Amino acid sequence: MIGRALAAAIGITAIAVAVVAAEPPPGAAACSGCHPASPRVTSPVPRIAGIDRAAIVRAMQDFRSGQRAATVMDRIAKGFTDDEIQALAAWLATQK
Amino acid sequence: MKATRREFLKLGIAATASATLLPVRTFAQGAAPRVVVVGGGFAGASCARALRQAAPRVAVTLVEANPTFTACPFSNAVIGGLREMSAQRFTYERVAADGITLARALATGVDAQARSVTLADGARLPYDRLVLAPGIDIRWGALPGYDEAAAAQMPHAWRAGEQTLLLRRQLEAMDDGGLVVISAPANPFRCPPGPYERASLIAHYLKTKKPRSKLIILDGKDAFSKQRLFQAAWAELYPGLLEWVPLSKGGNVTSVDAATRTLVTDFGQHKAAVANVIPPQKAGRIAEVAGVADRSGWCPIDPVTFESKLQAGIHVIGDAAIAGAMPKSAFAANSQAKTCAAAVARLLTGAAPSAPKLINTCYSLVAPDYGISVAGVYQPSSGQLAEVPGSGGVSPSDAPRATRAAEAVLAEAWFRTITGEVFG
Repeated sequence: MIGRALAAAIGITAIAVAVVAAEPPPGAAACSGCHPASPRVTSPVPRIAGIDRAAIVRAMQDFRSGQRAATVMDRIAKGFTDDEIQALAAWLATQK
Repeated sequence: MKATRREFLKLGIAATASATLLPVRTFAQGAAPRVVVVGGGFAGASCARALRQAAPRVAVTLVEANPTFTACPFSNAVIGGLREMSAQRFTYERVAADGITLARALATGVDAQARSVTLADGARLPYDRLVLAPGIDIRWGALPGYDEAAAAQMPHAWRAGEQTLLLRRQLEAMDDGGLVVISAPANPFRCPPGPYERASLIAHYLKTKKPRSKLIILDGKDAFSKQRLFQAAWAELYPGLLEWVPLSKGGNVTSVDAATRTLVTDFGQHKAAVANVIPPQKAGRIAEVAGVADRSGWCPIDPVTFESKLQAGIHVIGDAAIAGAMPKSAFAANSQAKTCAAAVARLLTGAAPSAPKLINTCYSLVAPDYGISVAGVYQPSSGQLAEVPGSGGVSPSDAPRATRAAEAVLAEAWFRTITGEVFG
């Protein structure tokens, strides 16, 4: 009984935490200036919200090294460290 | 400013009471913290919405006198006859739908000690944190002969709206063979590549519709944004039509005469059929009123929080701010707005703001199917926003025409995306 009440309380806490959006890591909030956050906007620039974390990491690393052709993303990726790329990829993956 | 003894006592009591009760604790338990944002452009509207998202409990009021927003980016395409003004206008309906209170009034005063904003109708809006995003004002009188009456003859068109349409009408009314003169100011000013994009799209209009005409840019400086790319494109697209006169070759305009549309430089005079004077600028007026602008006319800020270095509790974002290496662009304004919103959300709960990273991407059209860009990544360094070493830069100078065409498409996509995020 106590166990169930405790589980319920923990459940509520978990929901409350989930409702407060995780703060974007450094640089991540700027992406939506070009990559539409809203599905209502049509653009040749792909939506990246909710994209697989590993795919973002790989794309950023390839843009940075020049392995993947780009117009502006090569210049932008060069401004981010490996750790920063990991953090923003993790955050983008949680976005809808 | 003088307060009566009674007002002074009231203020004193209020200040003591709030200090005793610890404002941060009060927010957690009862009254919602209040943030007022002044200015509904790319910076202000972005910040208000980002703050609502980051901290839904915060009561956000957006103060903006205009019922609609008219965007400056792509207004050069309106001047060049490539785009209609209706594509530049946005409403605040979706901003209000986010739960942001709209105060449709001009902000006329700020009391940084009492923490309140006064509106033109006398209403006072108390705040816990204030964000000023007033954009630019023209520095009337800085260029002899150029005042508001002169702008009706020689439009600046540097705040989009009626001035944009006036310049377009003047170009449409001009005879083939006329001389168009653009005067570009010294740094800093809104949209560093803007005068050169404008020159390009006017040259495109002249080449297409009035090919015997000529365009001269009289410049108050010797270097400008994306210079090599612009100049290479001009040589290719507009040879003999467009001439740039730098400061060192006598480009600096020292006075104008609106009645005869004459621009005077140290080296001579240019009598124009159409004259576009892009005058010296400063932060929007409310920045000066609030005491957050320094002698330069712009607003020094902390690079982590965008809080004014001159007044506590007031943040300044967008074109009005001195943002180090970041240019005065709509993308930068939007990036700064989101950074500032995150910092304000943290400060309101007593948490320390974290070091941000900001991005700018800025496209210019040299022709409808020829785009170029500059991008940068920025972080706080020695009290300023500095470019991250090794990042950023402009489009490659040897890119094929297909890349220029792609960047023209991306430029317009950027405009749809950012206006969708800020106003949609």
